[in-house]
Amino acid sequence: MTELRHRGATDADLPSDDKGPEGELKDGASDSDSKVDSGGPEVPVPSDDTPEVLNKALSGLSSRWKNWWVRGILTMAMISFFFFIIYMGPIVLMMIVLCVQIKCFQEIIHIGYSVYHSYHLPWFRSLSWYFLLCVNYFFYGETVTDYFFSLVQREEPLRILSKYHRFISFALYLTGFCMFVLSLVKKHYRLQFYMFGWTHVTLLIVVTQSHLIIHNLFEGMIWFIVPISCVICNDIMAYMFGFFFGRTPLIKLSPKKTWEGFIGGFFATVVFGILLSYVMAGYRYFVCPVEFNNDTNRFQVDCEPSDLFQLQDYVLPAVLESFTGWTTVRLYPFQIHSIALSAFASIMGPFGGFFASGFKRAFKIKDFANTIPGHGGIMDRFDCQYLMATFVNVYIASFIRGPNPSKVIQQLLALRLDQQLYIFNSLKTHLTERGLLPALEQAAA
Amino acid sequence: MTDLRRRGGGGDTDNSDNISDKEADGEDRLGRPEEAESKAETPDVPPPSENTPHCLNKALEGLPPRWKNYWIRGVLSLAMISGFFLIIYLGPITLILVVMTVQIKCFQEIITIGYRVYHSYELPWFRTLSWYFLVCVNYFFYGETLADYFGALVQREEPLQFLARYHRFISFALYLAGFCMFVLSLVKKHYRLQFYMFAWTHVTLLIVVTQSHLVIQNLFEGMIWFIVPISIVICNDIMAYLFGFFFGRTPLIKLSPKKTWEGFIGGFFSTVVFGFLLAYLLAQFQYFVCPVGYNSETYRFTVECEPSDLFILQEYRLPAVVQNTLGKETVQLYPFQIHSICLSSFGSLIGPFGGFFASGFKRAFKIKDFADTIPGHGGIMDRFDCQYLMATFTHVYIGSFIRGPNPSKVLQQLLGLQPAQQLSIFNTLSSHLRERGMLPPVGL
Repeated sequence: MTELRHRGATDADLPSDDKGPEGELKDGASDSDSKVDSGGPEVPVPSDDTPEVLNKALSGLSSRWKNWWVRGILTMAMISFFFFIIYMGPIVLMMIVLCVQIKCFQEIIHIGYSVYHSYHLPWFRSLSWYFLLCVNYFFYGETVTDYFFSLVQREEPLRILSKYHRFISFALYLTGFCMFVLSLVKKHYRLQFYMFGWTHVTLLIVVTQSHLIIHNLFEGMIWFIVPISCVICNDIMAYMFGFFFGRTPLIKLSPKKTWEGFIGGFFATVVFGILLSYVMAGYRYFVCPVEFNNDTNRFQVDCEPSDLFQLQDYVLPAVLESFTGWTTVRLYPFQIHSIALSAFASIMGPFGGFFASGFKRAFKIKDFANTIPGHGGIMDRFDCQYLMATFVNVYIASFIRGPNPSKVIQQLLALRLDQQLYIFNSLKTHLTERGLLPALEQAAA
Repeated sequence: MTDLRRRGGGGDTDNSDNISDKEADGEDRLGRPEEAESKAETPDVPPPSENTPHCLNKALEGLPPRWKNYWIRGVLSLAMISGFFLIIYLGPITLILVVMTVQIKCFQEIITIGYRVYHSYELPWFRTLSWYFLVCVNYFFYGETLADYFGALVQREEPLQFLARYHRFISFALYLAGFCMFVLSLVKKHYRLQFYMFAWTHVTLLIVVTQSHLVIQNLFEGMIWFIVPISIVICNDIMAYLFGFFFGRTPLIKLSPKKTWEGFIGGFFSTVVFGFLLAYLLAQFQYFVCPVGYNSETYRFTVECEPSDLFILQEYRLPAVVQNTLGKETVQLYPFQIHSICLSSFGSLIGPFGGFFASGFKRAFKIKDFADTIPGHGGIMDRFDCQYLMATFTHVYIGSFIRGPNPSKVLQQLLGLQPAQQLSIFNTLSSHLRERGMLPPVGL
């Protein structure tokens, strides 16, 4: 960090060559060097960043194999960690999502600072974190109000906060906005506007989608685990297929990706998704919506599994019948949905990766940061996940479930009494038509 | 535009100051690094007098240029205010169309500035992609609004029902198509430019499109929630200007040297009074006060209802101080007038920050006006910069203090639930209503 600040100060005094931010870093050298230089101070060669213990263990190997081993070990470490936090339960998962979100935000903002040398801009670091806090407050407030409705109604301060939630969030945001306007300094107008725009786009990408992940989580942990696993599997499988069979380049943006890897990864991920869903759909822990039990004040995952997670018989099409010799097959309907999820992860997920690659090339950085040895920053691992999370959320809303019952009750109780009566009568008519209310009808009459 | 492309070889007069600003995007031009930003912008903004219609020019021939400028501004102000009255008279549909037109024009103005700043007119695909994203986001928002307010109509028509049911999925798919086109259009030499324009487009969409939809939702609450906030902002602009003109002495903020504290405070008080009176005037008419409803039978918008409590005169006891001055004990007011005081305060105190933001933006990118659509005033965005914060505030205010959720929307959601969930909600609701005495107790 100190390095950056010093570089910033020196470069601003140089005669302007109008070459832009990376030009400033080079003291007038040509553009071709800029890739190494601007990325240089922040991205040391991976092996420098590995823990001492790994370094010792791998000291005998040549540098290329050492890199492979470091990546491999860290991959296994991350996957084990993933299993561990799943075991720990929903609260831990939410905390992890929050931490990942904060770290991604920090990485992207940091890149913005280094691109614009804006470390010495007055106020800006505080403002970026303040906006992050505001937006998170808004989203967490909405989630808490939806899912913990009874708890919120019981506690008086929470009830007031939830009733005026939007107003309070807006007031907090406005304060930040006014602080921004008051902090505009004559020489740095454009920089400040750029950082303002940068912060908001980052918030849009990182924060909104991490909240969609949390919403998916509340639908049932399987809606969290299967999409993430599909993306991870696609990454690994596309890499393996590309390594062994790769020949035709896929896109100029990422020269290492190949069509063989893409197609092989697609089929492997679909198969993996079907198998994983089969394994997980049998357990209530994964399948039930996460609920908050008012009496025990704890999260619980206990319910009657919905139709999606009950084995059903499907008649195989004639082609497959002759091939496998079975007429019907028992599947969970969820496995059919998982094919859609895997297909999206394999086909669209990589576009998220290409977007991130383009971004890194545009700003001439090698990795977002160097948090994970051998892999880069957190954002490098999560770039494909964001599109997936949004897709899963939209998919659930469109094809799986209707509105959330507790949210509907909440809205109902907020209406005026005459409106409630009107809805009550409409609902009564509707339920009577469906034959769900014969007894009550007689009792009321 | 041709001007811009030809000026490429010009000299560098702005080198001496604002080095830090120049650092920011020196490289981001397509092959012309020695250009100065300030020169790039000025050719597009002719001095206001050249843009006036010919008839105005003739009529004002005799006057000196300064007075001519005032007259033009004055005439155009009156023209805009008359236009405002006309569209209010024409009704809700016209208002929605006008809001949409303003939104598209503002979007176009901001995107054009982005093109100029980055000289990215020659970027492949980008103009198409920006407009495509605008269409996507509008489709998403209008779809949500239509599904809410025209529930009955939507349920009747089969294709509309399909579109409504899978609305989010369709919108997301459309957006994704644009996203993939963007990724596929990335060209090696112009990566950074393309990412900048992508971000520029999205921030513009965030500001312009979301808030114009909040304006439309305010409109559906009742035209008074649309007219009063906009009038307050216009009044504050004019009053602050007049107070500043006659009494202005102490500068308010370095960003806008023409604003003064006297104008600010004078504008605040006069706007509060104006809002109070306007609210009194408008609250009497059902046309303004009733929520805009859609009549499925006649296929037209109706504004007819029983006015809510907000718009019924009530007695308020005056505090002792005011009693002595006025000599009356109670006064008859609409509760809405109290709310209008809040709206006016916000419009006068915080609204100007929107104007400062736009001024800072114009200084940052060294432009005088957003565009020159309106002679004497600049672009549409120049007139509407303070309105955006106001629209959001009004929407949040209504959501928090005035109304609850929309009953038809709640019913719609109810009918979308599973039968078991409906039954449980039914039971909860019946016990709740019984407690409140709305339903006769059931003797079992």
